[in-house]
Amino acid sequence: MSTITGVTAADETPTPTSGSPLGGDAAGTGRLGDRLFGGLATGAGGLVVALVTLIGVFLLWQAIPALAHNEASFLTSREWSVGGDHPRFGIVELLWTTVASSLIAMALAVPVGVGVALFITQYAPRWLSRPAASLVDLLAAVPSIVYGLWGVLTFRAAVRPVEDFLQSKLGWFPLFAKTGISGGTIFFIGIVLAIMVLPIVTALSREVFAQTPVAHKEGALALGATRWEMIRTSVLPFGRPGVISASMLALGRALGETIAVTFIVSTLSPGNPWSWSLFNGGETFASRIANNAAEFDSPQKTGAFIAAGLVLFVLTFVVNAIARIVIERRKAFTE
Amino acid sequence: MAKRIDVSDLNVYYGQFKAVEGVTMTVEPRSVTAFIGPSGCGKSTFLRTLNRMHEVIPGGRVEGKVLLDDQDLYASDVDPVAVRRTIGMVFQRPNPFPTMSIYDNVAAGLRLNGVKGRKKLDEVVEKSLRGANLWNEVKDRLNKPGAGLSGGQQQRLCIARAIAVEPQVLLMDEPCSALDPISTLAIEDLINDLKSQYTIVIVTHNMQQAARVSDRTAFFNLAATGKPGKLVEIDDTHRIFNNPSVKATEDYISGRFG
Ligand SMILES: Nc1ncnc2c1ncn2[C@@H]1O[C@H](COP(=O)(O)OP(=O)(O)OP(=O)(O)O)[C@@H](O)[C@H]1O
Ligand SMILES: [Mg+2]
Repeated sequence: MSTITGVTAADETPTPTSGSPLGGDAAGTGRLGDRLFGGLATGAGGLVVALVTLIGVFLLWQAIPALAHNEASFLTSREWSVGGDHPRFGIVELLWTTVASSLIAMALAVPVGVGVALFITQYAPRWLSRPAASLVDLLAAVPSIVYGLWGVLTFRAAVRPVEDFLQSKLGWFPLFAKTGISGGTIFFIGIVLAIMVLPIVTALSREVFAQTPVAHKEGALALGATRWEMIRTSVLPFGRPGVISASMLALGRALGETIAVTFIVSTLSPGNPWSWSLFNGGETFASRIANNAAEFDSPQKTGAFIAAGLVLFVLTFVVNAIARIVIERRKAFTE
Repeated sequence: MAKRIDVSDLNVYYGQFKAVEGVTMTVEPRSVTAFIGPSGCGKSTFLRTLNRMHEVIPGGRVEGKVLLDDQDLYASDVDPVAVRRTIGMVFQRPNPFPTMSIYDNVAAGLRLNGVKGRKKLDEVVEKSLRGANLWNEVKDRLNKPGAGLSGGQQQRLCIARAIAVEPQVLLMDEPCSALDPISTLAIEDLINDLKSQYTIVIVTHNMQQAARVSDRTAFFNLAATGKPGKLVEIDDTHRIFNNPSVKATEDYISGRFG
């Protein structure tokens, strides 16, 4: 669990596997119950590690033969023709679309989510904060296809003027260059993803903010801090690891989101000219794989898609590792 | 800079519950006033009303008047934030900001006041840490986390943090209750030093401590659980401990209570 979320409340409690003094406590050995539970816990931990390793090995195993036959550069090519004797495929477009749309989502969702969480925990009167918190939790449970449908049918029209505005005013900047595409642009997908992950960021941040010890808050207030200064000196530092892990969880969700993106995105036809514009279409790793699920008829083709899946796997892994490192750094200081 | 506090006919409520009733007292400047009394009689509650920290608690409110010299603390044009900058507070459990270094903890209040210059900050941090008798112990590790200090050191750090903003009054709620006897003595010495500059109010359950550090002592009591706490009497510490005018005070101090 903690490898996915980055940090959990359980991080504070030493676990037997971390080699803490508690793990080696002689009082905990010998009794049948202790041995049984200890064995189960170790087994469960081992199972998770084994599963992750197995998935990695499986992806690698399937991907290697396809990569060996690939006649284009896997990392830098935009091509994607995986059938026939001369497969040519590369992931640069998938990588760009995936990362760009997810980053847009994070740039929008994290500040707003943290803001909403602060409002609910620190500013809202009590009669409002409880219903608002439940509402956010409810939103976090909405299936992603609903966001996809809503995005295409309703929200699209609302975002288009913004896109037009940005393209006309900031079109000189490559990221905002004008394109002919007016359907599922990277920009639009980013916004839909942001709305989708917003409840996750909000719900998790709210939980950590609400746990800020009263003593820290009163310490700041007694020094003559205003409410915002109190939040800056005690609530935000306390909640930071939680916010980081919430963001990483959200980023993982955004990177891997399949249904909504597949539903919305404007795929580029093979000959389409490339640009760095956020108003271009494109495909993410997940949507490319989902769109072509019917094609998995030869090991060669399947291998190519699995290679793409492997990159996504590594990407989320790296994101989590970075989050871990950031959190550990902070922790070293706190303890 | 020390100021006098005049409280008249103060009631404190938590929602509908009246926790403290009818307190009238004067706290003299440049002296130490101790609050004693059984648990739950409202010492902390009353103490917090002196710098409007009770407003932080949902439902907390007061009736009555608190004057700091001649300034009414509850006047509608008085900002509670400004009150707390003038009247500092030290809590029962040391609560340094856990993510901040020792230096930053002491500087926190100044930074809230907009002081930015490194030189000025260095100066005040050293002065406050010296003032809190902590400088020699931490001068080589100012950039280490404040939470890494011992409990007694943390409490002195909190005192340094409170005096760094040069308040006029210092409120302390059982500042030694989580400390060992040696740290306790260190804090008591400190209180003795500080009283030449500050008006100090200290809540304590330790009779000897009240007798040792305070000039005046206020005894609070409550008739029964669920009833509001009241000020029984306030007098020179010497008189309270040797010749109190109310029988209940004598009973409490001599341990014949309840
Ligand atoms: N946050 C709060 N909400 C509601 N009631 C409270 C709150 N804090 C204290 N009280 C009530 O107010 C009364 C006085 O409490 P207070 O903490 O001031 O007592 P005290 O004299 O400081 O006790 P102690 O010596 O144990 O610290 C008690 O009846 C207590 O239950
Ligand atoms: Mg108390």
